[in-house]
Amino acid sequence: MTVAKQPSVTEDVYVPSERRIARERYRRSRARRATGIAALSTLVTGAVLFVVITNSPGWERTKDTFFSAHYARVALPQVLEGLWLNVRLLAVCGACVLVLGMLLALARTLRGPVFFPLRALATAYTDFFRGLPLIICLLLVIFGVPALRLQGVTTDPVLLGGAALVLTYSAYVAEVFRAGIESVHPSQRAAARSLGLNNRQTLRYVVLPQAVRRVVPPLLNDLVSLQKDTGLVSIGGAVDAVYAAQIIASKDFNYTPYVVAGLVFVALTIPMTRLTDWVTARMDRRRAQGGLV
Amino acid sequence: MHLAHRAARLAVCSALVLVAAAACAPEPENSGNKASGKPATAASCPAGKLPTVASGKLTVGTDKPAYAPWFKDDDPANGQGFESAVAYAVAKRLGYSRPQVEWQTVPFNSSFAPGAKKFDFDINQVSISDARKKAVAFSSGYYDVRQAVVALKSSKAAKAKSVADLKHAKLGAQVGTTSLDFINDLVKPDQKPAVYQKNDFAKSALKNGQVDAIVVDLPTAFYITGAEVTDAEVVGQFENSTGTPEQFGLVLDKESELTSCVTGAVDALRKDGTLASLEKKWLSEAVDAPVLK
Repeated sequence: MTVAKQPSVTEDVYVPSERRIARERYRRSRARRATGIAALSTLVTGAVLFVVITNSPGWERTKDTFFSAHYARVALPQVLEGLWLNVRLLAVCGACVLVLGMLLALARTLRGPVFFPLRALATAYTDFFRGLPLIICLLLVIFGVPALRLQGVTTDPVLLGGAALVLTYSAYVAEVFRAGIESVHPSQRAAARSLGLNNRQTLRYVVLPQAVRRVVPPLLNDLVSLQKDTGLVSIGGAVDAVYAAQIIASKDFNYTPYVVAGLVFVALTIPMTRLTDWVTARMDRRRAQGGLV
Repeated sequence: MHLAHRAARLAVCSALVLVAAAACAPEPENSGNKASGKPATAASCPAGKLPTVASGKLTVGTDKPAYAPWFKDDDPANGQGFESAVAYAVAKRLGYSRPQVEWQTVPFNSSFAPGAKKFDFDINQVSISDARKKAVAFSSGYYDVRQAVVALKSSKAAKAKSVADLKHAKLGAQVGTTSLDFINDLVKPDQKPAVYQKNDFAKSALKNGQVDAIVVDLPTAFYITGAEVTDAEVVGQFENSTGTPEQFGLVLDKESELTSCVTGAVDALRKDGTLASLEKKWLSEAVDAPVLK
């Protein structure tokens, strides 16, 4: 309440000692030296790599084959057109995978003997589709389902391929969700029930929010993985980014389109990775502050 | 004191590394007698003593599976099927007996990779084109190929009489083939063509009705309709757009010293009628199909 006494200027001014100044000077000089050495060693490494690569006997041909400006220009628009397919598949399949994965996880964590068949089915499903290699799943769905000649079932390879992706990835994601649900301490359930929430409400308001929040990083991991696997749908004839590159590459025997497609994918993955990091950091901050559950 | 020591050591080390780097980049071999387009003479192609990958052996590459009618029973070493027979005929010309021919599995995509090749030549229905000549060397053509359209007898595409009739069809072809180029450059259909990694997938898609028609080379087309998809028919063949016939050639490394010898062998086989008789023997099924104007 009272105004703090102003410190008199004469008595309390901090004057660093000689020793301290010397110490700081020494530290600064060490830091400068470290920076200098790091810069030099980086420079030397770069120079060595440059010399080795550009003086290798195959460099000229490698340059023409992998870094041709002409083919990069030809490939980029077609690769981007193919990428649009990847992005659409990622959005639609990602949403379906989250929903289906959550349903499977809930089916596996249901209590009570009456739900046994449901639990058993969900367990069998996740076991099977986690074990089945994705490429085989895609082949069976894309070429197998139309062979059945079912009325009203699509033969579009993109839709079928998307379905195969959802089958496999929902099994992965279901396990992630289940791990999250089971990681919520039983005392949370007990507390919720003792507050008078019924089983469904306990799940909805207490268990799931904590469970989902805990598994966001592995979920985003699966999303990045799905983003790259969408390209496998091309086995059915649809043209995605990598396949567009392959078409040009194998027409004229030049690998530059692959490099372009690779860079485009990396450019797409970096924002995803940053998003993952940001979400994780934000969650950690909240938890550290003892924020809302 | 020791600081100066350190810096000196660093400088010496980096200099050494640079020298080593320059030293480990081997000089490209000076192949003064670049074999390209020069007529092969007996003197420059000593029978059975060519500078091959494995000395005293002729290593021939092809993809797996090796398809009929180009190969038989997926075994290139049995001398059956057109390309297997051609490979052995070329080997004989070069002075290599049957036991001296080694077969090597070379996926299409790696047949044109830069860097040292594992084969002396590759025989895999590879069409000769100017763009491809920048990456690999070709022998002269051993087969004049035409592209044909295959559709299920029941489909609309089977009634096509001209290229324009195919404009609204969903077409399919294998990646890296001129069949695909014909679709894109000549037919220019409304729907994007389906592109398959292997002809097997294209056949499955045709059976399933996922595409209306597929484009393959003529011998493959007759083999498919004769043996594999019997309820399909060869609708017709395309005219060659450029006026020069499209040819399959043997693929060699761009720097290969064998190119002129192999070309000489192929030319000799064409001249003495061997190629024609092999064609008659293995590809006689591929009679003419109506030309789609």
